[in-house]
Amino acid sequence: MQKVYPDARAALAGLLKDGMMIMAGGFGLCGIPEQLILAIRDSGVKNLTVVSNNCGIDGVGLGLLLDTRQIKKMISSYVGENKTFAQQYLADELEIEFNPQGTLAERIRAGGAGIPAFFTRTGTGTQIAKGKEEREFEGERYIMERGLIADLSIVHAWMGDTEGNLVYRKTARNFNPMMATAGKVTVAEIEHLVQPADINPDHIVTPGVYVKRMVHVPNAVKHIEQRTVRKRTAAPAGTGEEV
Amino acid sequence: MAWTREQMAERAAKELRDGFYVNLGIGIPTLVSNYIPQGMSVQLQSENGMLGFGPFPYEGEEDPDLINAGKQTVTEIPTTSYFSSADSFAMIRGGHIDLSILGAMQVAENGDLANWMIPGKMVKGMGGAMDLVAGVKKVVVVMEHSAKNEPKLLKRCTLPLTGAGVVDMVITDLGVFTIDKKGGGGMSLVELAPGATLEEIRSKTQASYHVGNALAAA
Repeated sequence: MQKVYPDARAALAGLLKDGMMIMAGGFGLCGIPEQLILAIRDSGVKNLTVVSNNCGIDGVGLGLLLDTRQIKKMISSYVGENKTFAQQYLADELEIEFNPQGTLAERIRAGGAGIPAFFTRTGTGTQIAKGKEEREFEGERYIMERGLIADLSIVHAWMGDTEGNLVYRKTARNFNPMMATAGKVTVAEIEHLVQPADINPDHIVTPGVYVKRMVHVPNAVKHIEQRTVRKRTAAPAGTGEEV
Repeated sequence: MAWTREQMAERAAKELRDGFYVNLGIGIPTLVSNYIPQGMSVQLQSENGMLGFGPFPYEGEEDPDLINAGKQTVTEIPTTSYFSSADSFAMIRGGHIDLSILGAMQVAENGDLANWMIPGKMVKGMGGAMDLVAGVKKVVVVMEHSAKNEPKLLKRCTLPLTGAGVVDMVITDLGVFTIDKKGGGGMSLVELAPGATLEEIRSKTQASYHVGNALAAA
């Protein structure tokens, strides 16, 4: 079984259809499957429901699919950095379902783990609880949230072997491991493609069973949303020194 | 002479204890990291999936794969660990984080918190705020006492809630309040900022509150 495809377009061939639900990994622009997003844009597939913590920024990441109006609905926790998003939303051209970030992460984890629903305290007593089943456990109120499964998940990993075992790098891990488990088909883009046994099995985060297709993206261009640095002369103890 | 933003952050830092795992929100709460006492071990949690992070990187050493929940570039420290966002919120929801310090638009006397949306305006989303206030052991709000002369400490929040009965303490530029969110004992004013008076706070606060013994006697 050959999992590695020559490019992003080939890796998505036959998987895209109008109206489908796609999960896309990443937090902000960190750890986004950018080449796969570009290939989805170029395919022209439309009326997509996209599950992703954010929606990129103008002209980058999922923001590209807003420019082409391929997204019908977003399921996200925060979409603050995107003017195109605001315009389309205010013009009623785009739906948004806000989920608390942890609830979103757990819905995806649960979906991938075969758990159709779970109870959480998050959002109890807020408008997020509207229409949801409530139950009390040990004197605390909880609301029921549903697991999420997508038609397709696209994820970004730092390293992967040809079997589909994946390793992520630093905070680029974020939503990628759960989404890899919650797609009916998962396609991963990988910065460093290696052979089986080149990754210490103890270090594998996503086992290959979850990954159906892969594409190698060497020299991936990465974006920084908020570039914050400190001067070499000062060495403050905290993180509040913005220069 | 009310507290400045830095002084509010410095006051919030007094809630830190040795060994605490802490999540800091964006804005004034971020400044709290500048006031962690020397020798105290405090690990900062970033809800995108990192525990133990350091200061901003030196110019030229920014790493796009290494950001905090505000999407700012940060650095690793010797105690750093990385994990998925699901693990991150398991840590938060499961009550393993000791303290959450965050900003607010409104806080009510029963501990209700509103900080994520203003109806009629473009809504950006709640991010991790609802999970943090529902799951973290102690929730401290740092905010201006009033906004354009509109009180922010209210009998009931008028904006959509982030959490119901979740706030333990409010630090404003004028003073410090505690809220007995579980016991139903209401809100208490426990400290005044230098120069602030009981009368000034009374006039700028809609919520009912007790005045702590030490202040009432003064």
